[in-house]
This record gives sequence, C-alpha cells and structure tokens, in this order.
Amino acid sequence: MSERNTLPEIFESFADARKQGFLAAKAVKDAGKNLVGYYCTFTPVEVIMAAGAVPVGLCATSDETIPESEKVLPRNLCPLVKSSYGFAVTDKCPYFYFSDLIVGETTCDGKKKMYELLDEVKPTHILQLPNEGKSQRSLDYFREEVQSFKERLEKEFNVTITNEDLKKAIQLKNRQRETLKEFYNLMSLTPPPVSGLDIHKALYGSEFKFDKEAQIVEMQALTKQIYETYKVEGSKISENAPRILITGCTIAGATEKIITAIEENGGVVVTYENCFGTKAVEEMIDETLEPIDGIARKYLNTPCSVMSNNQDRLDKLSELITRFKVDGVVDVVLQACHTYNIEGFSVKRHVKEKHNLPYIALETDYASSDTGQLKTRLGAFIEML
Amino acid sequence: MIYMGIDIGSVCAKGAILQGDRLEKVILPTGWNIKETANLLKSTLLTQAGAREEDITRVVATGYGRVSIPYADKKVTEITCHARGAVYLNPNARTIVDIGGQDSKVISVDADGRVQDFVMNDKCAAGTGRFLQVMAHVLEVEVDELDQLARYDEAVTINAMCTVFAESEIISLLAQGTDKGAIAAGILSSISQRIQHLSSRISVLDQLIFTGGVSNSNVLRHMLSEKLKLEVHHHCDAQFAGAIGAALLAREICD
Repeated sequence: MSERNTLPEIFESFADARKQGFLAAKAVKDAGKNLVGYYCTFTPVEVIMAAGAVPVGLCATSDETIPESEKVLPRNLCPLVKSSYGFAVTDKCPYFYFSDLIVGETTCDGKKKMYELLDEVKPTHILQLPNEGKSQRSLDYFREEVQSFKERLEKEFNVTITNEDLKKAIQLKNRQRETLKEFYNLMSLTPPPVSGLDIHKALYGSEFKFDKEAQIVEMQALTKQIYETYKVEGSKISENAPRILITGCTIAGATEKIITAIEENGGVVVTYENCFGTKAVEEMIDETLEPIDGIARKYLNTPCSVMSNNQDRLDKLSELITRFKVDGVVDVVLQACHTYNIEGFSVKRHVKEKHNLPYIALETDYASSDTGQLKTRLGAFIEML
Repeated sequence: MIYMGIDIGSVCAKGAILQGDRLEKVILPTGWNIKETANLLKSTLLTQAGAREEDITRVVATGYGRVSIPYADKKVTEITCHARGAVYLNPNARTIVDIGGQDSKVISVDADGRVQDFVMNDKCAAGTGRFLQVMAHVLEVEVDELDQLARYDEAVTINAMCTVFAESEIISLLAQGTDKGAIAAGILSSISQRIQHLSSRISVLDQLIFTGGVSNSNVLRHMLSEKLKLEVHHHCDAQFAGAIGAALLAREICD
C-alpha cells in the first residue's frame, strides 16, 4: 500500500479544474483516509465505504492520454480502455495518482486484459464477474467475490469491516441513489426544465464529490431549485423539442459531443440509459437482506451488455421510454465495443417493433474528427421525428 | 412568391427555385469560397427566373456548406432534403441512394418524402465521388470519362476499400499491364459493392432512385441494379434532388 500524499511533478502544467481535482484528492489523503479508485458500475462501492476508505471513479474519458497508451495497447481498441490506461501511466488522473488500491472487473475482454498491465502500475484488485446474472450459481459465485473483496480491503487497510459498517454504507448509498433519481426524474416534465447536457454535467460532476452526505444535500437543493424556478419561470426548452433517450456506452468528456449535437439540432436528451445515467442508480440494495448478499444481488443485476442475455436492459429501456415520454432513441457505441455493438441490433428491434420509435446507432471514439458527421446524422434524425 | 433551395456540396453547388409550378435550376463548382459561390448561385437563379431579390419568400440551405450561407432562412440536413427532392422527381421512390463528393447515403422514405430510416458512409472516402476522383486521376482521365472507358465484362477486383490503398492497388495493376478499361470497371464495381454493403443495413429496399453527382454514371447504375437485384431509377435532374428538396421545404414552412 502506497502512502502517497505529495503532488506529481507535472502538477503545475495542469489547467485549474484538474489542479482542483489533485488538491481535493490530496486533502482526502492528508486527512488520513485511504482512496480506492474504480472504473466500473459493477464495483460495490459500499464495501469500500464500509472499510472507511473513499471510493472514486477514475479518469477515462479524454483522448489526451491515448497516444501514451498506444505505446503498449493496440490502436483498434476501445477508447475508454486506452484512455484509462493512458491516464494511469502518465500521472494525469488525480484520483488514480492518489489511489491506494485500484479495483478492476472482468467485464469486457479489453478491460480485463488491460487490468493485468495496470496491476504493474498500481495494485489492482480484480472482481471476477460471472457472464450471466440470473442463476443461483452466478449469485453464489459473485457473493464470494464480494466477500473476498471485503477481505482484501481489510488486509490492505488493516481494518475490520463489520455488518454494521456495511449496512450503514448501504443506507447511505441508497439515499444517494434516491436523490440522483429524483434529480434526473425532473426531465420527465414537459417541457423538460433544463437541457440534457446540464443534467449530464451534474450527474457526472457528482461522481467526484468525496463527501456523500454533502453530495446528497447539494443534489436535493439543486433539484428543489430547478423545480421551483421551473414552476415560476417555465423552461428555456421548447415544448416541441423531440425528447431523446441516449443508451449504450458511457458518455462523458470527449463523447459529450453527441449530447451537444442532439441539442444544437433542436432535440433534448431526457434520459441516459448508460453508466453515468440510470444504469447504476435505478436499483436499490435490499436493506432487509444480509449485507453481502444484498450487495451481490444488486450489482449482479446491472443491465450491461457484457452479460450474456441482457433482457433487463430492454425492459429498462421500455420503462424509461414511458417514464420520460421518449420520441427517439440514440444508441452510442464506442469504437471496438463488441458487446454494445452487437446488442445494438436487439435494441433497435425492441425500440422499433415494441415502441414504434425511430432509432439510430452511432459508432464513435474520443477524437473530434467526426463532429461534423455526427451533427449531420443527428440533425437528420431529429428532422425525422 | 418564390422559394429557393441551395445545396452546397463538396464538389458542386446546386440551386433551385420554385415559382408556382415552374422549376429553375443552376449548378456551379463549389470552389474554395462558399459565400461567393452561394451569392453567384442566387443571382444566377434570379436572372434565370426573371425575378428580383425581393420576390424571394424563403431560402432553405442544405449540404455540407449549409452553415456558411449568409442569406439562408433555415438550414436543413441533406438527408431530409434529398429525400423530399427525390420523391418530387419520382413520386414512386421509396429508397434513395445518393452518392455525392464526400459522402454516400441510403435513405428510406414514405410517400410524402419523409425520412423513415437512413445510413451514411463512415468517416472515410470509400464509396464516394472523392474515391472516383482519386482513382480517375491515377488512370489520367476525368471522372465522367470512366463510364466510356469501363469494360464492364472484364472488371478487375479492387480489394482495398481505403482510398489510399486502392490508389496503390491501381498503380500496381497498371504496372502489371492490366487493361485500363478493366480497371475503370473495377473502380465502379468497388463503389457499387460499398453501396450494397451500406444498403444492407436498411430494412426496406424498393423503388430505388439513384441521386447525387455520381448517379450520372450509366455503368454504375447498371452495376447497382445487378448487385441489389432491383431496378435502379434515375432522373436527369437527380443531381438537383437536394436543392429541389430544400426549395420544397422552403415552401412548406411558409404555407
């Protein structure tokens, strides 16, 4: 375990926002807390919190570190996998830099092989995921994985995690999920009170607030403020703006270009069926269950395309289409993401046949070279609605 | 009351005016100064229609240069405009294949020319007019001469999809002494293959109309028809589909 609490040499060259990130992460370390960095929605952050450590999502959404990663990783690989690795080896992600332990997971092939290399940069605990989430066998297996993750944290940080600690963390995270849900449900209003980009930025930004209690208070205040302004002043968004659901791979940083292209063409993104949107938030942990069991059940149910048979995603899409009164579905696939790419066919069929809604799939990466093409495609898609 | 549609493509700028039932069209090379071209297009159209600037009710701009037209009242994507224009030219059309200078697209439309679904080529030049231009250059002919040169029955296979690799492939073929006509046919066949691939992602393929500058090639039309096992319709104004669609939309918005 590293005892790192000094800034990297390249700190001075960073822009303000990133400097703030470094200082915030350093403050956590200065307060004597351990930082655990993770990449994926499958990570049971409650266990990290129960260990008295601070969980933090790691940087993976910009193309700036991709050239560095391509010295090791192949070019025709998912940009998220390349970016993650690039940030890790360049000291450019404040959270990776200050993390005491990294958590990886066997989701897609690209990630699980990349984590093997990441372990050489910093100790990386790998959560072994089963390929399907519905059978008793898978649940038993994953429950054991959560248990060994707990034991790893106890050993690394020299702490004992009690059931009480886990229960407290579960309750706190559940409250946070309810708060986030209330926040993004604002978009079910007609017209929506704010733009989809505003919602995305708030949800994404909340990932980097270390104090979960403070984050809950802030989110509740923001929800209240937006709703009250809406009641008095109405919305800047047109009532006729086509309401778009974004599904598929994670959107953040570089891929915000998709949200921008939709909203500049007169549409409004009302909901995100992805990892910074609804994917991690919709399902609560059952607080009546034994904690490890409850945690394992919730995370195993994540409707991700890496799961073999992912009917849950289609069911969730149906529910979101109704809840947010969706007019069209935009499916985002990051270059070389086979699972989301292939699942796109089932999503298209589901959206068109079951809901009679237009659907468009876009394959993109973190470069800005396709911005013009995206604008034309999404423009034409919105003109169709 | 006249309605104007301006379609600025990567190679050619097209303009159309609708005045009652009358349709006037103009085509110019896009050149490097889009604003200047757009202004020239407007004045030429007005002269041809015998109309004055004040008579214009509304202008809709489309094509990749649509953002740079100062006098446009509205910008609409080329996909929506091509669909509308193609159905105006051929009311039975339900699928449109459009190959322009830097993109190619397959659009499926309803009877009113409204887009139901569409696919576009990806980031590269494969299957576009630009691909033809580069290859024609290697053969030292103009794009519109490829048709005459092409020896349909002897078409060689061009394996590379990438414009740069295809160019080297053609240079090698020439070095081996392969007949130019067989290469020209191979180049056109490569485009039709690309379009076949693209259109396989669209569910409805019926009553197909071929538009865009590249649609003037008879050989390519024939090849497409064979590949897609469909009759491929053409119209002498097919290159103006986008501009006509834009003019129609300009009229609709007003009415």
